[in-house]
Amino acid sequence: MFEIPDDRKYLESHEWTTTEGDAVKIGISDFAQDELGDVVFVELPAEGDELAAGEEFGVVESIKAVSDLYAPVSGTVTAVNEELFDAPELLNDDPYGDGWMLELEPADESEFDDLLSPEEYREQTE
Amino acid sequence: MGLRKPPLYGVHADAGATFTEFGGWDMPVEYDSIKAEHAAVRESVGIFDVSHMSELEVSGPDATALMQRLTTNDVTALEPGDSQYSAIVNDEGVIIDDTVVYRLPDRDERVYLFIPNAGHDEEMYDRWTSFRDDWDLDATVEDVTEEWAMFAVQGPDALDSVTDAAPDAALGDLSKFQATFADVAGVECWVARTGYTGEDGFEVLCPWDDAETVWSALDATPCGLGSRDTLRLEMGYLLSGQDFDPETEPRTPYEAGIGFVVKLDTEFVGRDALERQREAGIDETFVGFALLDRGVPRHGYDIADADGEVIGVVTSGTMSPTLSEPIGLGYVPVEYADDETEISILVRGREKRAVIVTPPFIN
Repeated sequence: MFEIPDDRKYLESHEWTTTEGDAVKIGISDFAQDELGDVVFVELPAEGDELAAGEEFGVVESIKAVSDLYAPVSGTVTAVNEELFDAPELLNDDPYGDGWMLELEPADESEFDDLLSPEEYREQTE
Repeated sequence: MGLRKPPLYGVHADAGATFTEFGGWDMPVEYDSIKAEHAAVRESVGIFDVSHMSELEVSGPDATALMQRLTTNDVTALEPGDSQYSAIVNDEGVIIDDTVVYRLPDRDERVYLFIPNAGHDEEMYDRWTSFRDDWDLDATVEDVTEEWAMFAVQGPDALDSVTDAAPDAALGDLSKFQATFADVAGVECWVARTGYTGEDGFEVLCPWDDAETVWSALDATPCGLGSRDTLRLEMGYLLSGQDFDPETEPRTPYEAGIGFVVKLDTEFVGRDALERQREAGIDETFVGFALLDRGVPRHGYDIADADGEVIGVVTSGTMSPTLSEPIGLGYVPVEYADDETEISILVRGREKRAVIVTPPFIN
């Protein structure tokens, strides 16, 4: 059904994060973009902002819905995908690639243990 | 209570539609992409299942008197095969619903079919029959909502689409707001040159049980209520229950910008209140606006003046698929209603700059 790459972890609220390296990438899942439909607007934090795990960090809006975004882990924003501001449809076209939202320098590696594995997330979406 | 379903619920589900509750009905909101469906209607032709719309038929010697007294427009102006947009208002002149009234071919007496919004059929049936009884009028009122399926075929190629399905009917001869019985794929349908998208188009009422035959014969991109909403919003058309509502957004036709359907030289419930308002003038009026900052206006957001003082409320808003710009509708005091007036919309507590634009938003 929906693509759920094995190389990342997930939140019940449909965000994903990579888990390797100094900075991890964060976005929303294929399931989430399909549920939303045509994405028309994205609001994201600025570089340097501090996020706490589980905290709202932005908003994604489709024509029919408004959805809050939640941080999978705590950390400092090191990059923002500003292309999404002009081309929010990237979230529909390539949610795990060009549709990434943030890069984050994680504050506490142990928080990754609290996230859903690809298998657990797949169960949730079925 | 379970949701009501259109006759082609299964056909839509098989086509991959997602559904939404609307007026107590479970209706297709989107097949594949609201944007793509919207573009199909603006550029070629789309078809909407709008079988959730209510239908009431009024006949008998006093049918005209009953219709005249319960709608604001002048039904005596209608010849058979004509239709008119109209409002149904209460004693205070507040809109309960908007509707299209068709005059059907006579059956000894005049016969009317009117189309209230989804989920209003029972309320309107009660209203029509109780006033009929109070006024001692001789008229038959029937709720035929679940006898008629209704499809809207809309877009610049709509005429081709309906003509392919009804080659003998000369539907191109219909003017806007005219209607006729026509053979569509072997099924007798009531076909009207009406719609809710701003494009040329037709609305086809067909017997509930023949819905699939007619739907299949009309070649057009299936569209859901999502694009129906964005299309009507780009035109500034009112959505019942949202842009006006007797409970949550009580507005008169003058405030809602549809004063043209009020004929004060006819007798109808609410007439005196509307005459008083017309003489006194309105304080607030329905406007369109375009957002200059990034964001999407939504139903219920506050409208503020350039200084941040709240002056009104957004009743409808979206990202316009045609313009790729955020647009909305709402009510503001009349002194803010001129084109280009600077206002702001409070999106999640933050002021987004906007300007008043008189709809339609597109050419």
